Amino acid sequence: MSEALLASETPGAGATKAPVPASGARQFWRRLRTQRAALVAAAVVALLVLVALAAPLLTALEGQDPTSYHPGLVDSARGGVPVGSFGGISADHWLGVEPQTGRDLFARLVYGARVSLGVALAATLLQIVLGVAVGLASGLGGRWLDQTLSRATDVMVALPLMVFALALLAVIPSSVPRPVLVALVVGFIQWGGVAKIVRAGTISLKSLDHVAAARLSGWGGVRIARRELLPALAAPVITYAALLVPTNITVEAALSFLGVGVKPPTASWGQMLTSADVWYQAAPQYLLLPAAALFVTVLALTVLGDGVRTALDPRAASRLRIGTGRKREGGS
Amino acid sequence: MTTTASASAATSVATKARRLTGGFGGLLGGGFTGFVVRRALGAVVTLFVLSVVIYAVFYVAPGDVAQITCGPRCSPAQVQQVSEQLKLDDPIHTRYLDFLSGIFAGHDYSTGTGVLHCDAPCLGLSYQTDQQVTELILNKVPVTGSLAIGAMVLWLILGVGTGVLSAWRRGRATERILTGVTLAGTATPVFVIGLILMILICGQLQWLPFPQYVPFTEDPQQWAWNLLLPWVSLALIEAAKYARLTRASMLETLAEDHVRTFRAYGVKERSIVGRHALRGALAPVIALSANDFGSMFGGALLTETLFGLPGLGRELVQAVRVVDLPVVVGMVMVTGFFVVLANAVADVLYAVADRRVVLS
Amino acid sequence: MSPDQSLEQGLVQGLVQVDDLSVEFGDVRAVDSVSFTLERGGALGLVGESGSGKSTVASALLGLHRGTGARVTGSVRVGGTDVGAATDAELRRLRGPVAAMVFQDPLSSLDPYYAVGDQIAEVYRTHSKASRRAARARAAEVLDRVGIPDAARRARSRPHEFSGGMRQRALIAMALACEPQLIVADEPTTALDVTVQAQILDLLHELREETGMGLLLVTHDVGVAAESIDDVLVMRHGRVVESGGVADVLAAPREAYTRQLLSAVPRVDAAREERPGDLGDVVVEAEGLRREFGRGRGAFAAVDGVSLSVRRGETLGIVGESGSGKTTLGRMLVGLLEPTAGLLRHGGAEKSGKGVVPGVQMVFQDPVSSLNPRRSVGESIADPLRARGDRDENAIRTRVRDLMERVGLDPAHYGRYPHEFSGGQRQRVGIARALAAEPRLIVCDEPVSALDVTTQAQVTALLAELQRELGLALVFVAHDLAVVRQVSDRVAVMRRGRIVEYGSVDEVYGSPQDPYTRQLLAAVPALDPAAAAARRTARRAISPGASGAAGKELAAA
Repeated sequence: MSEALLASETPGAGATKAPVPASGARQFWRRLRTQRAALVAAAVVALLVLVALAAPLLTALEGQDPTSYHPGLVDSARGGVPVGSFGGISADHWLGVEPQTGRDLFARLVYGARVSLGVALAATLLQIVLGVAVGLASGLGGRWLDQTLSRATDVMVALPLMVFALALLAVIPSSVPRPVLVALVVGFIQWGGVAKIVRAGTISLKSLDHVAAARLSGWGGVRIARRELLPALAAPVITYAALLVPTNITVEAALSFLGVGVKPPTASWGQMLTSADVWYQAAPQYLLLPAAALFVTVLALTVLGDGVRTALDPRAASRLRIGTGRKREGGS
Repeated sequence: MTTTASASAATSVATKARRLTGGFGGLLGGGFTGFVVRRALGAVVTLFVLSVVIYAVFYVAPGDVAQITCGPRCSPAQVQQVSEQLKLDDPIHTRYLDFLSGIFAGHDYSTGTGVLHCDAPCLGLSYQTDQQVTELILNKVPVTGSLAIGAMVLWLILGVGTGVLSAWRRGRATERILTGVTLAGTATPVFVIGLILMILICGQLQWLPFPQYVPFTEDPQQWAWNLLLPWVSLALIEAAKYARLTRASMLETLAEDHVRTFRAYGVKERSIVGRHALRGALAPVIALSANDFGSMFGGALLTETLFGLPGLGRELVQAVRVVDLPVVVGMVMVTGFFVVLANAVADVLYAVADRRVVLS
Repeated sequence: MSPDQSLEQGLVQGLVQVDDLSVEFGDVRAVDSVSFTLERGGALGLVGESGSGKSTVASALLGLHRGTGARVTGSVRVGGTDVGAATDAELRRLRGPVAAMVFQDPLSSLDPYYAVGDQIAEVYRTHSKASRRAARARAAEVLDRVGIPDAARRARSRPHEFSGGMRQRALIAMALACEPQLIVADEPTTALDVTVQAQILDLLHELREETGMGLLLVTHDVGVAAESIDDVLVMRHGRVVESGGVADVLAAPREAYTRQLLSAVPRVDAAREERPGDLGDVVVEAEGLRREFGRGRGAFAAVDGVSLSVRRGETLGIVGESGSGKTTLGRMLVGLLEPTAGLLRHGGAEKSGKGVVPGVQMVFQDPVSSLNPRRSVGESIADPLRARGDRDENAIRTRVRDLMERVGLDPAHYGRYPHEFSGGQRQRVGIARALAAEPRLIVCDEPVSALDVTTQAQVTALLAELQRELGLALVFVAHDLAVVRQVSDRVAVMRRGRIVEYGSVDEVYGSPQDPYTRQLLAAVPALDPAAAAARRTARRAISPGASGAAGKELAAA
């Protein structure tokens, strides 16, 4: 009878020929590849990462370093304006020098990429680890644990990041290297969003029948969390993380701009902008270059983040692209 | 200001509203009052936890408070003196309770020679000026308030308007252009756009003065004229965030079944977008606004610093630079307080508009 | 409202005229050369299983495919309007005044943020020059017509404040607002309990008698069709398989598929297979089982003092409408939920401690969420084996392949993922997984309610066969009285957490004692239109008038 049943049963609408989701990564790449904007953004991000990694190499090529003062290249009589046209651009200093100190701008810019990306990635990693841990514990734990952790999460979300980070950075002793400190502070403050997502996901997944089935099979909590929950949580967490990275870049830049994040002599794009408004006439590139670097980096990461979301959650993405390129219904 | 925290908080009301499928009979006053009480209690608990966390973080966790307070050049004897003055040798919970009682009942500080009184709600005295922190904050509120309210009106109109327009014109060139502009907006830090605008408009073109705060009560015209640029800079960046949120929420609503119902009855697209889709986007926008409004009590840090406006944000930055701990802690507490309050009020307001929220 | 011209044309041509209609979504041809006509005032049913294209045809009548990327060919004329050629404005004038659609899911089909009356008024004002006040009055009028008690006041309520049945009535009221010539109803009763379903079908029938409008009813349920329509179109894979008068088609189907479909429909009055009389030991026994949800004033008992027992080789059916507590009871029996009070004995021994019980398994309702989409079906089936400590990979694989073969799956599909299977096949995977644990008792929670009727019949047959072979005890939880009757030895009828009737199938179905059981049985659609008419009269006797029924429903909500 089995064969008869098998034969008579028509494959339903769910039976598609798509490759199995085990190759989730491959499917992800395939979906990402179809988005031109995301690809361009990915290329830009890859280039930035490359520049950051190769910063010592690039500056060696130029023959400069980011911290050496060149008092001869700035006109101390005029308040430290770079000597020469266009902010002191020359064969030695490809993008000119910093006003007042005469430090090489190109070197500071490429080393700034290290700080920007490094701090943002480290902070994001910390946010995810903390958020996932708290969210999972909250979603799987009992009433009391959940209440306590949810309240803690609420507090973390309620605290305005900039205000809290600014205040924290002021009182923490400065024996720790500043970039590490900024990453730690931002990471420890801003995990609330991840925790909320993970908690909500855990709670809705917990009620799914396949989790009940795993329990009936006799598996314990840890195994169920690992096999049934975590893989399903990966997509929303990665999506969120992809948008956290550009946010963290902006936050680091803002803190450094306010003078409490990364401090000189370490180079950071935000910190370079602190005094840029004074020099815009004499050395416009001193303002424009870090601003452009920030803009391009954050834009590329945001576009890439949107692309990642589209590739990970095609259903939501198609909802957000409704009607694109099609004739609209009704109309008026 | 450009943080994802506020955006994620924004989803809280929305998801609450969506997750509920209802199915219960009429909801009357009793349930609603209960909801308000529960929400208020929740806010109080959050505030309490918040105060404990902040107090612990700033007065216990990092380093030697007396040393930090006194400054790097203090002699050990001086540090010891400060430590005594701050009662740092008392157990932490006594100090916290002391701090808490100050908020409700006021506080007297002995300076050795005399007594400085600090009225309730007392958040301590500034190390720098001996001024009451509460007073210090109150003095700055008009500046930040002027900046915040003007910018907020502007960004709500601009952001929600852009979001609605791109949802209505979806699939057309208008939408693509708006999406591109919005994306560029979210990628620009406020201090970059502010810097560039200031240099262009005040420096090169000289259309506007370099902003200088003039109180509204003194000269309303000058007040607005000077604040115009800060308003625009802040609003442009925030508007991009709101536009993205509005557009996404509206498109999500447009994909829902009930929209199909109205299409099937020949209701015009304009009315579907303007009435039904916009209504669905309201909850997240309200939630985000509440969060942003609360955060403003920490000052628009970057905008104020950039344009030199003497508001809460600049006060905080200055207090941080000189490690004026009571001012820093007081400002963080006040900001947290208003964010929690604004969120609670937004939830209640939203529940008035949509009683289904009460059911959660 | 309806232009005189189109009215005249309509009289000449019939209300709906569909010629050679095909609809393609990408490469998929959802509808393949369908033609039919519906005369003014007639009632036509489109009956078919999922994927038959019936809803796609219904949407095409209102031109709802326009702008979605679907390719529509052939001609569709409704009330004289050529739907394919009409301008957007003409199409809007068609939607509502000429043909009005009643959608399936009444909750999601109404805007949650606006009052029901306002939504109906909005539709009315779209097509008339009425003032706001007049439109609101019209909304109250049509709501009253569909049997919403105290309509003027209830019009100000929002959808979530209505019960499911009342929401469906509100959607019908919206359709009535512009006095259409045709109502297109897409599965209007699928989400509803059987008693409410009967009320809605009766309402549609009344409205048709009264206004003389046409009805095009889309349904997967042959019983629903038999209750409500004159002519029927049986569809499969986008094509019309058979058409004709509903009485003729149901009594003497010409096509093999129609016969297969009809024979798969479980009936409350069909002859039952004789089941073995002598039964084994008691496998599970419950005494005074109670489960509360919520705390404080919001607490309520989902299950309230239930006692029952199931023996080896026996099937206990638990039947009830939504909210009756049947699912909660099932979950307590397997240990997924802990009872608040009461005793539970498995194999004679009292259940000690929390958690799941070895030897007890469950088959779930939703074939989508009951399997982890990220694991191959073979791995899912192997779960109980690995959990109990089996380590021999070869033995596990062999056993899983055996199980797959046993439930009618191809063992070669071990490594495939759930989305590659149909709903029925996924349910088989679920059954295989339950069997892997070598259980004494399987609780089946609505195991076939998400499946098409032909697939339903195959899955219930498989369960019965496995039971005979392995001597399993089964608890079969379902809302469908006919399915429960077909598979069970004994039946418990649940209502609001309590068992109102408990006995052998013949007792419960043959001579029901409780009035609620009688009401349930009276509401089950009959497959014979003549019998359906008789039962409709009988139902009117039980609960006179539609508004009376709605009133009761309101009180219950």
